[in-house]
Formats: sequence, structure tokens, C-alpha cells
Amino acid sequence: MIELLSDINYQPFWLSFKLATSTTAILFVISLPLAWYLSQTKSKLKPLFEAVTALPIVLPPSVLGFYLLWALSTNSPVGAFFEETFGIKLVFSFTGLVVASCFYSLPFMVQPLQSGLEGLNKHMLEAAYISGKSRLETLIRVALPNIKPALLTAVIVTFAHTVGEFGVVLMVGGSIPGETKVASVAIYEMVEVMDYTTAHIYSAIMVLISFLVLFAVYLFNHRQNRKFGGAS
Amino acid sequence: MIDIDISKELHGSGGEMMLGISLNIGENEFVALAGKSGSGKTTLLRILAGLESGNGRITVGDEVWQDGRFSLPPQKRKIGFVFQEYALFENMSVEQNLLFVRPDRVLADKLLEITELALLSKRLPQTLSGGQKQRVSLCRAMMNRPKLLLMDEPLSALDPLMRTKLQHEILTLHREFDTTTIMVSHDPSEIYRLANRVVVLNQGQVIKDGSPKSVLLESRGSQKFSLEGELLNIIKVDVIHIAVIAIGQQLVETVIDREQANILQIGQKVTVSTKAFAPTILPA
Repeated sequence: MIELLSDINYQPFWLSFKLATSTTAILFVISLPLAWYLSQTKSKLKPLFEAVTALPIVLPPSVLGFYLLWALSTNSPVGAFFEETFGIKLVFSFTGLVVASCFYSLPFMVQPLQSGLEGLNKHMLEAAYISGKSRLETLIRVALPNIKPALLTAVIVTFAHTVGEFGVVLMVGGSIPGETKVASVAIYEMVEVMDYTTAHIYSAIMVLISFLVLFAVYLFNHRQNRKFGGAS
Repeated sequence: MIDIDISKELHGSGGEMMLGISLNIGENEFVALAGKSGSGKTTLLRILAGLESGNGRITVGDEVWQDGRFSLPPQKRKIGFVFQEYALFENMSVEQNLLFVRPDRVLADKLLEITELALLSKRLPQTLSGGQKQRVSLCRAMMNRPKLLLMDEPLSALDPLMRTKLQHEILTLHREFDTTTIMVSHDPSEIYRLANRVVVLNQGQVIKDGSPKSVLLESRGSQKFSLEGELLNIIKVDVIHIAVIAIGQQLVETVIDREQANILQIGQKVTVSTKAFAPTILPA
């Protein structure tokens, strides 16, 4: 058994976590201002933004993957621009995977942040403005420290969701070992070539890690809610 | 000092309403804003704070806070605001709540001393009682040494004993810091104790404006005691009738004649009045 486990190539897992970490970090920076805007705005355009943000949840990964594949390839102005200006190839590369994952996982970062910020006591934020604090300082020093469970949920769910993606990754990245062959794609390939032993081990590792991560999040939120006497 | 001439269309529970307020408030005045709920008191306060938009003009001293489309943001108005439900920064200790506004430790310590919170300075808000929270909120509002202190029913969630204590502290701070204060309140004794002017709003308009004595001490003719209450019961005892009336938290009994007993209905709002020549007043 030990021999079996030590023989396994763990590179796809390493790649999955590298992808998930990059995606989560980039999405956090992008989503925070977006979620803050959505939670505070009274604009009539809000439902429009919300609908666009939520699209990746309902779209089949193949649809998203197809559009991204087209947009990132040199056939589109975007892909051509990156190739010509920076010499970056966005399809069948790790960079391309990160870009695609950012689209795919966007709602999983924005929505928990937005609902956390919307649940804040409006008067508490107003008290900060009246104290002379800018919106940015209020966000960082008052809003964020008071939505810790939502922050954690957003980061962990985005991370887990990126680790778990398959369709978009396969379409945009293909299966280049060490470059785009992440764990989920690797399992698919194992099954295809009927290497069920490796597929079993890979899958079991995924189940175990996913469970531990989610359990830790729920445990933390449970404790936070008890500590702050939260309603849930 | 403060010239207010504003209007705003409100969509309240009672349908459309036009808020139209024209007021001039002098320096160091303590103004109580009274009136039924939905009469526009909170909106007026929020417009003054810059938290809501309105039309018209607000000038404070030689500063223009609002003029047509221009509105000075709340950050620049240098006011203090006390919310009914405290609105403390939950992630910060009592002391940090004050120092967040301005890192002036001397002032923070002084305020905590006045309000007897010094021992609680390291505690988080969620471990405090309602009265303590509101005192923190009051201290926080004073940290910018505001020219104008706005309070939206600051004591209405507190029990009577705590109210009296905080009324005293509010008055101390109002005098100590030379602020001009506008407070929304429903409690006549509170208004009488604190304010030197009462403005009563109804349907978005000022309907009364004067000293607490002239506005609150309503009396008809030569009757000096005039109390509003609810008629709870009429008991017939031999040939007389006794009315039981709830006035505030107190029940009183009074003799009424048969004619009155026939007219009055149980559950009705009534006014009890008498001449006040020589009532007995004893310490409770």
C-alpha cells in the first residue's frame, strides 16, 4: 500500500493547488471592490451586474470553456493582443488556465463577500463616514473585520471550486503534463485508459481533502457565530 | 448658526409626503425634535448628517453644507451622531471605538471617565449592556469635538433608570464641549430636562416650535394639571361612579358623575385635568 502511494505521481495535485491558489488570490483582489460596490449601490444597473456575475454558475462548463477558448486563442483580438504584446500564449498554458478559472470561479468569490457586506449594520458604516473615514478605510478597518466568516467562506469555496473544476480546464488547457494536467483531468484520463487503481487513489485523495477543507470552514463559522451570538 | 431650508419627497408608510423644513438654530442650543413616527424627524437628522440627499440649502456658520446639488460629504461635516441602536464598531474594544475616530488618548480617557466606562475600556461591544453601549456611542460621537451633535432617539431602547443617568451625561457633555445638539425624542420628561427648545414635526412640516414649557405644558383655561390617559374601567359604587384611568405607568381612580359615566367609553383616550392650587407633593 505504502509502495503504491509513493509510486503515485502527485504533480497533478500540485498543479491543481497552484492553480487554485493563484485564482483565489487574483479573484480576491478583483472581487472585493466589486462585492463592495454591489453591496452599497442603489443603482438600477445592480441586477444586470449581479446576473452577469452569476452566469458561470448556470452555464455548462463546455459553453464557458468554448467561449474562453475562442477568446483566448489568437483568433480573437484579446488572444492576439497578449501573444503579440507580451508573447504570452493563453490557450493550452497554465496562464490561460488561471484566466479561465478566474471567470469560472468569480461568483463563488463575489457572492459570499457581497452577502457578508450586505448583512453589515448600515449604521455602523455610516458611523465610520461621520467619523471622517473614507469609504476605503471603512471597508478595510470596519467592514472586513466584521465579516470574517464570509471572508473565509469566499476564499475557501473559491479555492475548492477551482480545484474541482474540470470542463473549462479541459477545454482551455487540454492535458499537458506539468503544465495543464490538473488532478481532475488526470483522473478522467486514468479512467479512460482503465487504470482504475490510480483513479481510485486520486479520487479518494480529492474526497478527503475536500471534506477536510469544508469541515474546517463550517467548524470555524460555527464557532464565530457562537462567539458573536450570530443568528445562524 | 445653523440655517436649514430643505425639502424632500418621502415615500413613507402613510403614502407620499413632502418634507419641508425651515429652521434656524442658534449656537449651543439643545433642540428636541418631536412628533409622530413617520413625520420626518429621522430623515431631517440624516440630511443634516449628509447621509441622505435633499433639496435646498444648509449653512452652518460660514460653511455651506448643502446648496442645490452640492452636498458636503459626511466625512467633512465634523459632526457627532448617536444612533438609536448604538452602531458601535463590533470588532473594536470600547477604547478602540473612540480612538478610531481620532487617536487622542487624553480626550478618550476623559470621556470614558465622565461616563464611568474607564473600567470597561478593553471590553468588546457585544459584552456590554444596552446602556453601556449607548454611552460608548455617545463618547465616540464626541471624539471629533463636534460643533453639531445629532442624536436619533438615543435613549428609547433603555430602561427608565438608565435613561435618567444618560440624560445627565448627555447634558454634561453638551455643556462641556459647547456643542449644538439636536435630539429626536418622544419622552416629554426627557425633553423638558434636556432641551431648551422643542420643534414638533407632523407630516414633514414644523407644527410647533418653542420652549419646552410652552409646547409641553398644555393646559386649557385655568386648569393646570392636564394628563393624558386611557380609561380602563368605570365601577359603580352605590350612587357614585369611579373611573380607573392609566396615566403613563400609573393607575388612578377618580369619581365621575352619572352623566359622564354614560358618555365615556372604556378604552377611550381621555384627558384628566384639575386645578393645581394646593396639591400634596411628597418624595417617592
